[in-house]
Amino acid sequence: MEFLNYFGNVFTVYHMSLLIGGTLAGLILGALPGLSPTMAVALMIPFTFHMEPAAGLILLGAMYTATVAGGAISAILVNVPGAPANIATALDGHKLAGQGRAAEALFYCFTSSFVGGIIGIIILIFFTPPLAKLALKFGPTELFWIAILGITIIGTIGSKSVVMGLLSGIIGIALSTIGANPMLGEDRFVYNEHLESGIHIVAALIGLFAIPQVLNLIEKSRDAKDAAIHDLGESNVLKAVLYNLTRIKALSIGSIIGVIVGVIPGAGGQIAGLVAYDQAKKLSKNPDKFGKGEPDGVIAAESANNAMVGPSLVPLLTLSIPGSPTAAVLLGGLLIHGLFPGPTLFTEHAEVTWTFINSLLVAQVFMLIIGLILSRHSGWIMKVPAHFMAATIFILAVFGTYSIQSSYSDVLIMATLGVFMYFGSKLGFSPAPVVLGIILGPIAEDNFLQGKLIGEASDGVFNYFTSGVLNITMITLVVLSIGYSAYSEAKMNKLKQKILADKERNNSNTQKDNNTQGAV
Amino acid sequence: MYQRTKTCQLTKMCQRIKVYQRTKKYQRKSKFTKLGIMLGTSLLTIAATTNSYAEGYPERPIGVMVAYNPGGATDFQARIATLASAKMKDDKPISIGQPIYVTNKPGAGGRKGWNWFADKAPKDGYMMAAYNVPHFIAQSIVYDTKYNINNLEPVGNWGADPAVLIVGKDSPFNTVADLVAFAKENPGKITVSGAGKFVGHHIAHLQLAKAAGIDIKYVPGKGGVGAMKLVKGGQVKAGFNNLSDAARASEDIKILAVADLERHSFLPDVPTLKESGIDVDNSSVNFRGLMVPKGTPQDVIDYLAKSVPVMFEDSKTIGKMKQTNSPVKIMSRDEVVAMWAERQTALSALLEGLK
Repeated sequence: MEFLNYFGNVFTVYHMSLLIGGTLAGLILGALPGLSPTMAVALMIPFTFHMEPAAGLILLGAMYTATVAGGAISAILVNVPGAPANIATALDGHKLAGQGRAAEALFYCFTSSFVGGIIGIIILIFFTPPLAKLALKFGPTELFWIAILGITIIGTIGSKSVVMGLLSGIIGIALSTIGANPMLGEDRFVYNEHLESGIHIVAALIGLFAIPQVLNLIEKSRDAKDAAIHDLGESNVLKAVLYNLTRIKALSIGSIIGVIVGVIPGAGGQIAGLVAYDQAKKLSKNPDKFGKGEPDGVIAAESANNAMVGPSLVPLLTLSIPGSPTAAVLLGGLLIHGLFPGPTLFTEHAEVTWTFINSLLVAQVFMLIIGLILSRHSGWIMKVPAHFMAATIFILAVFGTYSIQSSYSDVLIMATLGVFMYFGSKLGFSPAPVVLGIILGPIAEDNFLQGKLIGEASDGVFNYFTSGVLNITMITLVVLSIGYSAYSEAKMNKLKQKILADKERNNSNTQKDNNTQGAV
Repeated sequence: MYQRTKTCQLTKMCQRIKVYQRTKKYQRKSKFTKLGIMLGTSLLTIAATTNSYAEGYPERPIGVMVAYNPGGATDFQARIATLASAKMKDDKPISIGQPIYVTNKPGAGGRKGWNWFADKAPKDGYMMAAYNVPHFIAQSIVYDTKYNINNLEPVGNWGADPAVLIVGKDSPFNTVADLVAFAKENPGKITVSGAGKFVGHHIAHLQLAKAAGIDIKYVPGKGGVGAMKLVKGGQVKAGFNNLSDAARASEDIKILAVADLERHSFLPDVPTLKESGIDVDNSSVNFRGLMVPKGTPQDVIDYLAKSVPVMFEDSKTIGKMKQTNSPVKIMSRDEVVAMWAERQTALSALLEGLK
């Protein structure tokens, strides 16, 4: 209960204004495509140079939480996830918006972000030592299996059919191999200097989601005077929040998966939302509703990506090993103030550390309140005429892509992928599995290569990848995931066959009748 | 000097056009031609002013390109090292006299940013870059890069972070000799992690293997942090990592040796590799500093070579560097030029068979 001693430090006027400012800025930055949480925190770090350590960290922490939630705003309203973590939110969130339930979807998003966020921070406060030990156990082989587990869900995420999803996933994995391989240092598929550093995940995300959306909006604006894309919809905040809180199953699936993925260093918080979405769908009573505007989809995805924030700091604060790309940037923010991760953080620098962690708890509250207020007033976005909207999204897409690493190549890659995706979407491809492939491809490949090198030096590659409790657990999960997909696919087929058989029987019956009649 | 004469010529041309504009011949021309001449003049004027840097340099903020991600060690050290660039004393600049901003162009282990820098960066002194030695020199030897020590001009060095040989806390190895003895009995069984291929850690690994005559396997991690994780988690038997990061993590690891010529003040009790019987030089030490592309006017280079080391010496900068555990080593342009040349020879020999 040591953390309670430092709670007072959060409630100074200066710290509170930093929290509010950071949250508001984070929500807005997060909503802009390209300004992912990683980017936003990295941009903020130079500003904290001249601040007191606690103040600087409070600002960074508030930004981190708020940007993760803010990415959902654009995911729901315009189907462009602000960051990879919000891909799963777009799947059902934007469908809800299409049904005139945008405000409701936003309320779900912030309420579940709040619940997930609080759970994540509580885990951080109480379970840091045991979780830190667990985090270290995840070596190359375990991470490889996690990536494979992620790949098994590609087929079922946001696609019309499993085959289409798998094909998109493979395209994504293939795209991820472009550029200099980080392990071997060798260039691959670099036919053009713009491809030198490969396809950046955020550039791909923006291209695949935003550009088709821009082109769709232009299409729409031609044929109708219907200025508004759709209504924000009337919705009662209190009703939505209360409904959300009763969806205990989706909330707990999301939070638990978020916590687990957050602790695992290198798994990337980006997949927390997708894995949670997939599980919520598999465990739901009516999985058919997912992808068509199911509130549970939004709730699971958003509680997961915010539940990931706290635990991703566990390995960072104790072992100097970040649990997510954003936490990696936060490491720089800590070092600049002479705060070196490790046991001394909780002894010598206890005041700063606990003030920071406590401020994360308070930041969740601000995120909820400011988020709900913003949601109520984001209606005007829906009323913007389609052609203005298209232009705005396009500008933001170009700006956001360039800002990732000040690279013009990224902009070209983004635009190219976007145009391909536009035509691809006409054929029934969807962007989510492609992005998932781009995220998971390198995790699987790099860790496989590392594991192979280590395995060769010990008792064989196969043994190394299949021994140990964690490896076996992961392999079991992979088998279960594939098995479940096959089972539900088979069930679907049976159902289809039954329907077909029924039809045929009817047909043949009538034929028989005809035949008998003919014989007579 | 060349730039100055070019500027003079341009200015003279502008003046001549202005004189011509006052003549009657000009007045008779059509509006369209007049517009053309005016546009031409203004373009020339702009050219004349932008080329006149040599005289008033620096008159606007200067950029520093970092070829790694924001928040990484090179990035935050570059930001700290350039903090004092605009500091004034009695209305006179102490060092450069203009603010410095950092811009990141990460990718392909730094190659993306440095390729851009050598190829496309403005050569007017308004864009510097942070270098990492031996990284960029080793890359220019092994890969087909647009940069090498001949088309880059250093202006000053701020830091030197040696590689250290580390093992997990529970490792049976307590000295370099233990590790070498085990490796001799079990060739190919020792895995050594490092931040990537052809960075200081990899160089240190190659040197250790060569000098001790042992067969050890290099496992490139995802940056220094990823490599450290493999050691702490016990997935590899040993690793090379940054001295500054290892010194901080002394609770979870054992540091066996420093890959430098002398012991380091952060770790006075840790012997050098040489003391441990491994005959290697300091080729793997990670030097960080600032450079400009070749083709930058000589007087700009001279100005920066004089002011940049002064900027690094600022007491607040040194204080911040200490606070963040970043080992400082300030070197002048001449010293860096010599160090680069030395590395080029040593690394060419070491990487001979690896191309």
